[in-house]
Amino acid sequence: MPENSPRVGLFVTCLVDMFRPSVGFAAVKLLEDAGCTVEVPEAQTCCGQPAYNSGDTASARAIALNVIAAFKGYDYVVAPSGSCGGMMVKHYPELFEPGSTDHEEALDLSRRTHELTSFLTRVLKVEKVVAQFPARATYHDSCSGLRELGIRNEPRKLLASVEGVSLREMTDSEVCCGFGGTFCVKYPGISDKMLEKKLRHIEATGADTLIAGDLGCLMNMAGKLKRVGSAIKVRHVAEVLAGDYGTPPIAEAE
Amino acid sequence: MDLGAANFKDNVGKALADDKLQNAMTETGPRFIYKRTKAREALPEFDQLRDQARDIKDHVLDHLDIYLETYEAKVKATGGYVHWAETPDDARAAVLDICRKANARMVTKGKSMISEEIDLNQHLEANGITPVETDLGEYIIQLRNERPSHIIAPAVHLTRDQVEADFRRVHTHLDPKRDLTEIPALVEEARAVLRQKYLTADVGITGANFLIAETGTSIIVTNEGNGDLTQTLPKVHIVLASIEKLVPTLEDATTILRVLARSATGQDFSNYTTFSTGGRRPGDPDGPVEYHVILLDNGRTNVLGTEFQDMLRCIRCGACLNHCPVYNAVGGHAYGWVYPGPIGSVVTPALIGIENAKHLPNASTFCGRCEEVCPMRIPIPKMLRHWREKEFERHLQPTSMRWGLGLWAWMAKRPKLYRKATALAARVLANQAFGKGRLKKVPLASGWTEFRDMPAPQGKTFHQLWKERRS
Repeated sequence: MPENSPRVGLFVTCLVDMFRPSVGFAAVKLLEDAGCTVEVPEAQTCCGQPAYNSGDTASARAIALNVIAAFKGYDYVVAPSGSCGGMMVKHYPELFEPGSTDHEEALDLSRRTHELTSFLTRVLKVEKVVAQFPARATYHDSCSGLRELGIRNEPRKLLASVEGVSLREMTDSEVCCGFGGTFCVKYPGISDKMLEKKLRHIEATGADTLIAGDLGCLMNMAGKLKRVGSAIKVRHVAEVLAGDYGTPPIAEAE
Repeated sequence: MDLGAANFKDNVGKALADDKLQNAMTETGPRFIYKRTKAREALPEFDQLRDQARDIKDHVLDHLDIYLETYEAKVKATGGYVHWAETPDDARAAVLDICRKANARMVTKGKSMISEEIDLNQHLEANGITPVETDLGEYIIQLRNERPSHIIAPAVHLTRDQVEADFRRVHTHLDPKRDLTEIPALVEEARAVLRQKYLTADVGITGANFLIAETGTSIIVTNEGNGDLTQTLPKVHIVLASIEKLVPTLEDATTILRVLARSATGQDFSNYTTFSTGGRRPGDPDGPVEYHVILLDNGRTNVLGTEFQDMLRCIRCGACLNHCPVYNAVGGHAYGWVYPGPIGSVVTPALIGIENAKHLPNASTFCGRCEEVCPMRIPIPKMLRHWREKEFERHLQPTSMRWGLGLWAWMAKRPKLYRKATALAARVLANQAFGKGRLKKVPLASGWTEFRDMPAPQGKTFHQLWKERRS
């Protein structure tokens, strides 16, 4: 690594950690290929969003302080998720009293934190990746990344540079898939209705691969696609950008 | 007050199984969205107008007492009457009193959500006065004895067939063989039935989209013209409005009007925008003899100065409903009270108590589309989250969820323990999947597996693998 290589702390996200480490390793590859030194602070667990969105602000605050401490000193903090990224960028500062040291530190973390594809394109000015991935794909815009962080073109731009990927837009790619964290288990019927609509739009594109940037949404959509027997493969954007087609798609057999 | 909001889960079950409702929602939802997008694209300063609109209302809410007093003085100066109603009871009593003094037997009504909020029709009927809704959608749901399912499109949950059936059931004086297969025929029939009512009504009741402090004027916007006939033909005009409808000046009202119709229906302007200032003056060819304004609080002043104040900027355009995937999945009646959709889930707990509307703030994925389209830039997800905080503080959430999340949060604060627990869980679940990559059933996760498979973990956690590979 060059001396002046940016030191990036990878925020793995709790879902990637437990369900799909391959997304984390794809993110590491992309960051290292772009010249970063990647480290994975051990003290990280989750961004605290489940607590925050359930009204348990005290727990969210405690978890946020843990994350802030774990990622102190890194030039950048990068997450393969717009949802966790949005939590850290937009909501951490809201958790603390303006003027307090904690608030200052939350703002400092917020300024250093980025979602993966937007970090690559906006901060590192990456124009293309060197990768192959055979996929007639469609891209779902996850809500937090889209509306909290304004991520729309970034993943598409990078995907366009992957050899073998062709993108076809679905209707309503910007409409929620029905995941919503604990929402999908609290109101499974509504979530399922939203999923049904999403699946119709995905299938109408004729794509063989569904790509998105958040594992929660991906697990939701993959779980439904597999339940109804669809052959559409589901992938995290990082895996496609890293050319990792060897790992089985989400919810597929080894 | 019926508390259907407490039965949200049951209401949802019925709504999801109601094919007619689902058809009706599928047809109309995308149309609203398309029209708003077009209207917004055609007005480059749209987002700046939203900022101005927000600032106007914020200013009013910060000085509401002053503007209310100014407004009252102006209404009186133009010969009108102002009635302060702290509660729905007060408002109903005020309406009834005016109607009785006018010896009213029938009242026509323009569209008013405040009328719904105070259950006015039931109260009038119980006192021998017949209310007749004149907005087409409201007329239809009155025939069906239903609440509106949408703030601006009250009958959006119905299909054409259902409306035809209702008209045939109620309009028995008309030829049973008449052709009602086209929507214009239904509109024409409603118009013909209503025309006579306008002329015989003793009192006309409307809502108000704005109240203007500097002039004492009330404004209604409609597309059918029914509001004008309702408020100009009878001898008495009653305006039902909640206190946050105030704006300081005519200029301010026109600024907000520029974002209202565009957000609501995608029109540049509604077909009719009607300004009423007092009753008939000497020399006026028409207009009501008496002009009354009933100003309802119903808990709104309790919201002032709290983290929920922003909700009072709402101008009831319905854009958040149109764009909400949850609303579009279940329709408005599932929300169980007067105001459905995202803004309803914010407003309803404030007006009837969070303990009576526990589910509403939770029934959102926080997708943020409501805030994205709100012309008044109300941070709806943030307000919903504040309600969840209140529920958490007051232990109103289901015990299982509290325990589950509590345990998870306890672990998440202890990284070493968390590492061990997630590694164990990942291994167990991965083994259970037997190489299939997914699970059909997972203990304690029926909410997930009822409708979808659970993707299985790959085996080891990222942190385990990272340690192995980098050591």
